[in-house]
Amino acid sequence: MSDQVQISCRNVWKVFGPDPAGFMKRHGGQPTTEALASEGYIGAVQDVSFDVGAGEILIVMGLSGSGKSTLIRCITRLNDPTTGEIDFEGNNILTAKPKELIELRRHKMGMVFQNFGLLPHRSVLSNVAFPLEIQGIDRRERNKRAKEMIELVGLGGREDYFPRELSGGQQQRVGIARSLAVEPDVWFLDEPFSALDPLIRTEMQDEFIRLQQLLKKTIVFITHDFEEATRLADRIGIMKDGRLVQLSTPEQMVLHPANDYVAEFARNAPRDRIISVKAIMEPAAQNTPTDHPVTGTDRIGAAAERVLTADHPVLVIDHEGLPVGQVDRHAMTKALFGAV
Amino acid sequence: MDIAHTTDEARPWSGRALLALPLWQFFVVIAGGILLTTLWEGFARWPDDLVIPMKEWITRFFEWLGKEAAIGSYSFKDFTRAISDLLSYPLEWTEALLYRGIKPLGLPPIPWVAVVLGTAILGHWIGGWRLALFVGASMLYLSIFGLWKDSMRTLSIVLVAVPIAAAIGLFLGIRVTRSKRAAAIITPMFDLMQATPHMAYLVPVVVLFGFGQVPAMLATVIFAMPPMARCAILGIQTVPQDVIESGRMSGCTPRQLLWKVQLPTSKKTLMLGLNQVVMQTLAMVVIASLVGASGLGQKLLFSLQQLRLGAAVEQGLAIVLIAVVLDRLTQAYAYRETIHYSATTSFFQRHKHLLLFLFILIVTFIAANFHKELAILPKKMTFTLGREIDFAVREFSKNAYDYIGPVRDFITVSILLPIRDFYLWLPWPVLVGCIAVAGYRLGGFPVMTLTASLMLAIMLFGFWEPAMLTIYLVFSAVVICILIGVPIGVLASRSERIAKVTMTICDTLQTFPSFIYLIPVIMLFKVGDLSNIIAILAYATVPAVRYTYLGLKRVPEVLKEAAIANGCTPRQKFWKVEMPFAIPEIMLGVNQTIMMALAMTAITALIGSRDLGQEIYRALPTADTGRGLLAGLGIAAIGIIADRLISAWATKKKKNLGIE
Repeated sequence: MSDQVQISCRNVWKVFGPDPAGFMKRHGGQPTTEALASEGYIGAVQDVSFDVGAGEILIVMGLSGSGKSTLIRCITRLNDPTTGEIDFEGNNILTAKPKELIELRRHKMGMVFQNFGLLPHRSVLSNVAFPLEIQGIDRRERNKRAKEMIELVGLGGREDYFPRELSGGQQQRVGIARSLAVEPDVWFLDEPFSALDPLIRTEMQDEFIRLQQLLKKTIVFITHDFEEATRLADRIGIMKDGRLVQLSTPEQMVLHPANDYVAEFARNAPRDRIISVKAIMEPAAQNTPTDHPVTGTDRIGAAAERVLTADHPVLVIDHEGLPVGQVDRHAMTKALFGAV
Repeated sequence: MDIAHTTDEARPWSGRALLALPLWQFFVVIAGGILLTTLWEGFARWPDDLVIPMKEWITRFFEWLGKEAAIGSYSFKDFTRAISDLLSYPLEWTEALLYRGIKPLGLPPIPWVAVVLGTAILGHWIGGWRLALFVGASMLYLSIFGLWKDSMRTLSIVLVAVPIAAAIGLFLGIRVTRSKRAAAIITPMFDLMQATPHMAYLVPVVVLFGFGQVPAMLATVIFAMPPMARCAILGIQTVPQDVIESGRMSGCTPRQLLWKVQLPTSKKTLMLGLNQVVMQTLAMVVIASLVGASGLGQKLLFSLQQLRLGAAVEQGLAIVLIAVVLDRLTQAYAYRETIHYSATTSFFQRHKHLLLFLFILIVTFIAANFHKELAILPKKMTFTLGREIDFAVREFSKNAYDYIGPVRDFITVSILLPIRDFYLWLPWPVLVGCIAVAGYRLGGFPVMTLTASLMLAIMLFGFWEPAMLTIYLVFSAVVICILIGVPIGVLASRSERIAKVTMTICDTLQTFPSFIYLIPVIMLFKVGDLSNIIAILAYATVPAVRYTYLGLKRVPEVLKEAAIANGCTPRQKFWKVEMPFAIPEIMLGVNQTIMMALAMTAITALIGSRDLGQEIYRALPTADTGRGLLAGLGIAAIGIIADRLISAWATKKKKNLGIE
């Protein structure tokens, strides 16, 4: 992750109703929840601001109707936000002309959809080559690149199949290959694995991790599955009723939920795999035994046995083996099972 | 509204919403209407001298258009002539290929053997051996029964009209999906066009374009275009959101999105639209024999007029076969999935059907130069059962008519005529008032205004009596359609086996052009009101069956299980659970039945009636555009009144039931 900002959203609103623009103007750009309700408007996205760093995986999470899908469509301008500002690589995307927008989508953005969005009349190869075809790239070149993408997602040999001949997981692999064919800078994924069976979902998540290690894209990923979010995210943003409730690392979210709503999500999170030892350690005392120390960046699940079976605090070291703190049974238990 | 809500909780179907309408409103209207007639005779029957002479105005307008209208030095006549010429080129070429032969080059037409085999090959390519066999045999029938030339005449118009109608329909459909203004203009126009019977299209076309093949084709194109547009709209609007968004995110321009994403994705719907265009075209071409289009339709018309029923049966069968062939081919094509060939498949493998056809074409072409009978089967080699059928029909009527005749007369005199007299007696304030009340209760002010004013317009333009006769015929027939159709639909929903048979019969019956239904009716019942009603029955019962079946099939399994778990007897389950759920759907079927019945009344004019259909039919030879067009629109108006009332009711019901 670098510090360079790839996407920046400032006070983004998306309001549905008879006259959204007029409504926003009447309320000085900051309508209250009551104003929305009383005038019959729906605030799908309300006053959302955040940045996505280059190479970061930002996961936006929320229940259905929380506005997460609308938000990703505002960033890609599949929907036009009512007010606010969205910068994409430093350029305001909301003032982009249709032509510029098409160029942006042809070269900088890739998107994966929940129900795959494959063209049923085209073969796998021709689906993946589609974004290249409409750019006017000649057949030989685009088929070559499409084949590479199909290999990359592990569908080699199925180029001539039609979508209806593939399983859901395979179809989504095609969707992924297609979204990567133009080698986009930013990769948008809108609940890409939600339509899949649980087993396939885990497999596809592994696949996603593998691809990201290869490609290192900037990613905005939408899901309603908190576990999926904690597994894949650098940072998670939780949305409720159109508002961004909390934006932080999974670890922070579990340890310090911003409110009850977030806490409710975090309650069933696999804490042992999210919280790092570093986050629960205290400064090392002078007399802490130095045998079998644990590493600070390890998740507590990996260190739990050592800490819980020791009858004294266990030393925490960093990657160079230098002591950075200590952790005892009490802190470990509290971290594993949550503050009661 | 409020009433519907409160009473519907208990038994949400039972027609109670209708019954619960304050009936006194109807009583007031009826009593008031009858009272009015005592005050002024004009309330019983609208006086002739108060009729708005719209008929004459329209007739005169079209005469002016045909003779005098001009922009600058170009008269309207030049314009129509240009269209005629433009359309006649592709038609002449197709005719030359199919049966005339290419005279300037001294070439024969495509040999019938090649057409028969070619159709079979096409059938195999699209749908496999069974389809190939069926379409091949059907085409063979046309040839060996000596109907080849007439069939090819008819087919020529179809082949030229279909692409034109489809292209225009597609274009208009796309316009509608892209512009709200276009939608506001075009959609209601289609509603009106689809409710207007075939024949009404012929009148203005005759006035402006004359008699013959080209005017027939023009009327056909106009008539057959709306279904394509509708399917295009439906197809484009039902492309999944994900697919559209993925297209946009791939960087499609709007044009690329339309041609590369929306249209290919809705291929199936578009192909079904094409199927409907083909079927409508064929139906219209047959009717267009009334404006001098030669071909099977004309031959059939002559045979019917001369009561040569044997010939009529053979010609009718030819039309039916062509209809079914075209239907099966286009349907199979719509449902056909693109096959993927592996990269190693050779060119010959991929194109074996086309290559085989080309081979046959060349061989037969050369052979036809030596053996003329390969080009078109000479008359002495054809075959007919006309005389035998004539004889059989005569014998049958001689013996059976003793039984059928009295029954027919009894039904006509004791049942139909009193009903007819009732309709004719009905004072107009009563009917218009009842329509208004029903319209208001079911759909509010807009529905009331529309339906009542349409009925008033029929009266003011001087079509009250023929309209009442139409209503009498249609509603008598529809009642019987329901009595026959709904039980069949129920039966079909009880057993998979019956369902399969019934639906196949329904599908097949629906492909027949309406004209065909006249043949057996004339054979059995001769002419008269009962024959009209039976012809309508034969044509219009299908939707009642189909929608009943579909409605009952759509009852969720959970509901039925819950009913059983609650201890319902099968009878209770049916009446208290399934029927209530299916009723709105069944009513939509009734709606369809009314539409088809109205379309058929126009056709039954050919076997004698005094209704609106007859008005159109009479207007044809005298080129009385106003009369023909208004009578056609009158039929459309009756259809729209029925449609608006029933749809309003069904929509409300469905909403209350939480369906949709």
